[in-house]
Amino acid sequence: MLQNALTHQQFAVTAELAPPKGWDFSHQIQVAKTLQRQVHGINVTDMQSACLKASSLGLCIALKQAGLEPILQITGRDRNRMGIVSDLLSAAAFGIDTVLCLTGDHPKVGDHPGAKPVYDLDSVGILQAVRQMEEGRDCGGSPLSGTPPTFFKGAVVTPVYEPLALQILKLRQKVDAGAQFIQTQCVFQTDQLTRLLDAMDKARITVPVMAGVLPLKSAGMARYMNEKVPGVTVPADQLQRLEEAAQEGRRTGVKGLAQRLGIQMAAELIAQIRDAGLCAGVHVMAVGAEEQVPKILALAGL
Amino acid sequence: MIITVKKPLPELLEMLGGAKKVAIVGCDSCAAACRTGGAPEIDQMAQALEDRGFQVVARVLPQECCHKLLVRKELKVLPDTGVEAVVCLACGSGVQTVADNVCLPVYPANDTSFLGQVERVGIFHEYCRMCGQCVLGRTGGICPVTRCAKGLVDGPCGGQKNGKCEVDPENDCAWIAIYERLKALGREDLLFSPAPIRDHSAQAHPKHLDLRGTKP
Repeated sequence: MLQNALTHQQFAVTAELAPPKGWDFSHQIQVAKTLQRQVHGINVTDMQSACLKASSLGLCIALKQAGLEPILQITGRDRNRMGIVSDLLSAAAFGIDTVLCLTGDHPKVGDHPGAKPVYDLDSVGILQAVRQMEEGRDCGGSPLSGTPPTFFKGAVVTPVYEPLALQILKLRQKVDAGAQFIQTQCVFQTDQLTRLLDAMDKARITVPVMAGVLPLKSAGMARYMNEKVPGVTVPADQLQRLEEAAQEGRRTGVKGLAQRLGIQMAAELIAQIRDAGLCAGVHVMAVGAEEQVPKILALAGL
Repeated sequence: MIITVKKPLPELLEMLGGAKKVAIVGCDSCAAACRTGGAPEIDQMAQALEDRGFQVVARVLPQECCHKLLVRKELKVLPDTGVEAVVCLACGSGVQTVADNVCLPVYPANDTSFLGQVERVGIFHEYCRMCGQCVLGRTGGICPVTRCAKGLVDGPCGGQKNGKCEVDPENDCAWIAIYERLKALGREDLLFSPAPIRDHSAQAHPKHLDLRGTKP
């Protein structure tokens, strides 16, 4: 579905969804169903921020069985090359055909700091392993039985990064290793994105880019992201507008003004990206507020 | 240099259990440099144990505690002392070398931490993880297997903030250092393509090396 949209140069939209820290997927499936008509894929995280959740593969299978279009995120943090290829074969068996390959946040920053980090393969290595699977071989070079699986493969890039040239060098490796789309860490204004796109142009890296968009819920969240989340910078004016909205809420007794503003700012950014034709699509990361995504997309005119 | 750090004393005391007569074995090489197993540390340990009612019946300081034949010779004094347990102030290799040479419980007083570069006396940095497949030729002489917290060999993750590692902000991002070094050397081209997939069978433990079996 995502591949189709990108191939036909439709403005592509994906939404991020995290599995629960538990085994009841009903909320996730219900949220995903409300998104179905507006997105080209539901991107299921693989224990993001290194916090334990049900597996991406498990929720992807559940979504697929509910008739939805999941995108499997797979990191190198918890599985070695055997675990990764094995999970990808299972994903293929359930008709999951789109994967996003990432290195993964280190266990030390998550809720199991004592867990052994694996990193047998990084994002580039995972892409290479997928390509090898598509050629009918596992990482050990042994033949796979039956028809090899085919995946639409994605990778990520961090646009707010110094020196950006170093990100571009790794991005080139990801694309050479088979990445067919690139999803960015979240951006909050178009110049954060155009800086990356210009650098990609100069490096002659031509691959569809999905801009990461995150609706902020509060000034506190924005400050937290600026301080703690690598590769994310919320501009000062947006932080100020969120603070003013919260103040107004306190004055008037109206709840949720900052969140409403965050939704509006995200929708405005999506509309700007689409109207200016900056990149191939957007990836909305609502981090726990997924039920707001249909509203954001509607406000953006999608 | 093998870097060791002292275990908390209560941990050692718990291991010692009911033993009363103890011998202390140090190491005059790495552990001495790390201030965990030289002559002063042996004396400190003896004092600490005697203060808690132990009887220290022998103090031994081999030049290298990981040297089997040397340690065997130095430990010949032990059987006549009535020793019940040995406290070893060396690295893990030294503790095992002592244990191989006595029929007694041997307890480690240190945790063995890393293979260290000596910046100056008393300041050590982990520069090599002994992975068995050196990549330094393509990374400007800076090891990403060791100095990147994720051991990434193809380039950085997105996790650095202001040039510092997401895992420990005390550490510089190894990949930025590699990039800057390669740029200075005019060899950014080394990062145009991925490194070969690593062969972790080179890290299968335990490893051995026998230089005697073959002649050049």
